[in-house]
Amino acid sequence: MLGAYELSVLTLVGINVLLALGLNMITGFCGQISLGHAAFYGTGAYAAALASKSGAGFVPALAAGVACAAMLGVIVGLASLRVRADFLAIATMGVNFLFLGVVRQQDALGGELGISQIPGSGLGDFGFLLAVLGSAVALFVFSIYLKRSWMGFVFDSIADDEDTAQVLGIDVARFKLVAFALGTGAAGLAGGLYAHYAHIIVPDAFGFTVSITILAMVVVGGIGSNWGVLAAAVLLTLMPEALRVISDYKLLLYGGLVLLVMRVSPGGLAGLVRLALRPLRRAPRGVA
Amino acid sequence: MLYVDLTVQGLVQGSMYALVAVGLTLVYGLLRVLHVAHAGLYTLGAYIGVLVTNATGSLALAFVVAIVVVGLAGMAIYRLLYEPILDQPPYVPLIASIGLFIALQELFRLVFGPYGLTFDQPPISGSLVLGPLRLQWVQVATLGAAAVCLGGLAVLAARTRVGVAWRATVNDRQMAESFGIRTIRVRYLNFFIGSALAAVAGVLVAMLNNFVEPTMGAVPSYKMLAIIVLGGLGSVPGTLIAALALGVLESFGTIYIGDLLDRDAIAFLFLIAMLMVRPRGLLGKV
Repeated sequence: MLGAYELSVLTLVGINVLLALGLNMITGFCGQISLGHAAFYGTGAYAAALASKSGAGFVPALAAGVACAAMLGVIVGLASLRVRADFLAIATMGVNFLFLGVVRQQDALGGELGISQIPGSGLGDFGFLLAVLGSAVALFVFSIYLKRSWMGFVFDSIADDEDTAQVLGIDVARFKLVAFALGTGAAGLAGGLYAHYAHIIVPDAFGFTVSITILAMVVVGGIGSNWGVLAAAVLLTLMPEALRVISDYKLLLYGGLVLLVMRVSPGGLAGLVRLALRPLRRAPRGVA
Repeated sequence: MLYVDLTVQGLVQGSMYALVAVGLTLVYGLLRVLHVAHAGLYTLGAYIGVLVTNATGSLALAFVVAIVVVGLAGMAIYRLLYEPILDQPPYVPLIASIGLFIALQELFRLVFGPYGLTFDQPPISGSLVLGPLRLQWVQVATLGAAAVCLGGLAVLAARTRVGVAWRATVNDRQMAESFGIRTIRVRYLNFFIGSALAAVAGVLVAMLNNFVEPTMGAVPSYKMLAIIVLGGLGSVPGTLIAALALGVLESFGTIYIGDLLDRDAIAFLFLIAMLMVRPRGLLGKV
């Protein structure tokens, strides 16, 4: 059977996959850049933790996390109807800082100390891992389905050219909100699971660095690509663990890697694989 | 008297924001890149300021070295990082820049140690008493230096041939090129000046706090983005107004709504509220 260390690493992998796939729906599918995904992750975690501590069961607590995160997501989505591109990136970043600022100062949410003694899931360590991985796999399957569905096609058109999509009679506003609700709901689920895994949550666990880490998974994997994002989420979660020996240089390598991927292959891993799989077709050399 | 004190503190803080944010807004105006790593250069400037002053005892020399080294570093970042990916979607340079910023912060930590550095002897001390108002000399120097730098920049942009070429390039690069302006040079100049201003701000902040640490750029880097967005991305006057306003707003906000929100959140609350009313910034072109 798996040891405690393997269990906890795999649980984190599952949680990060949920986060990255959720962000991929907003940023990858629908083209709405978000630098504040950790705010929704945190909302889910705090909501689930409070629900769980007040005696709700594991599943209702998770549902509360998803609902609160998706609700905040729709509100932020409303902002995306007003501001675009770079402005949206900064506004979502602001949401993250605002979330932290509010949470830190609320006694009801434990302030800097956060919420501790969150009850477990009642499934045991291994059962909980299965629940996390099950959710991650389910979201992955849903994500693949979504990308191929009619709605995925609509998202694509919005990401490509919002104005043209609008002219073609697509209700851009509604679909953007749907994308935000789905992606942030997934983050809420991840947050709820994290709260039950860690048993203690503090504001710093949902800071801007976390948002960047999630975004890094999406772009290193290849924005919009389900397989790429899945691979990157797994790799980037395991890499710091594997690099523990040289842990002093961990963040340096992490930053360097993100930088290098963007500089060399802006399509991410998925872009590299696509390039490697087409050696016979004489495609124009897009990236050096 | 509290109001005056708060206003002065806010202006000092705001003028530092302005020095850093102007470089950022210049880069955005020219290249449409959100240059997060700019705050890494600011930190570099602060470290150089402390190290050179401690080694030689000369603050003036420290400023010169910081300006030159950081300015060149800014040019190198443009050449090695941004130039090859300028035609990619905007998130590509943004994320590359965030990656560089994280790496720079770690580099500072590894090279200069995690605990930060101080001046052996604060280069400027004492305070100026104006009636009931008491100002530290270092605050006065900071305000003065910021005014000189920004005034110099305004003269450069408005009165010199280089400045005309610069503004022409920002306005319409193709047109500028067809008039014989070497726009590549304008870009290098842009990065040199922007980075040099960040270096000056870095040294001044190091003197204000008598402390530099590897993560001192973290909060500014993101707050600067908020400021240039507030100012309407790419607009220098808008950026200056936003920087000073935010400085003052923060110093009042920490006193009056500090229980509800911390200092950094105030900036972003202001930002989000403003964006909802004017989605393209305070003085942004609609």
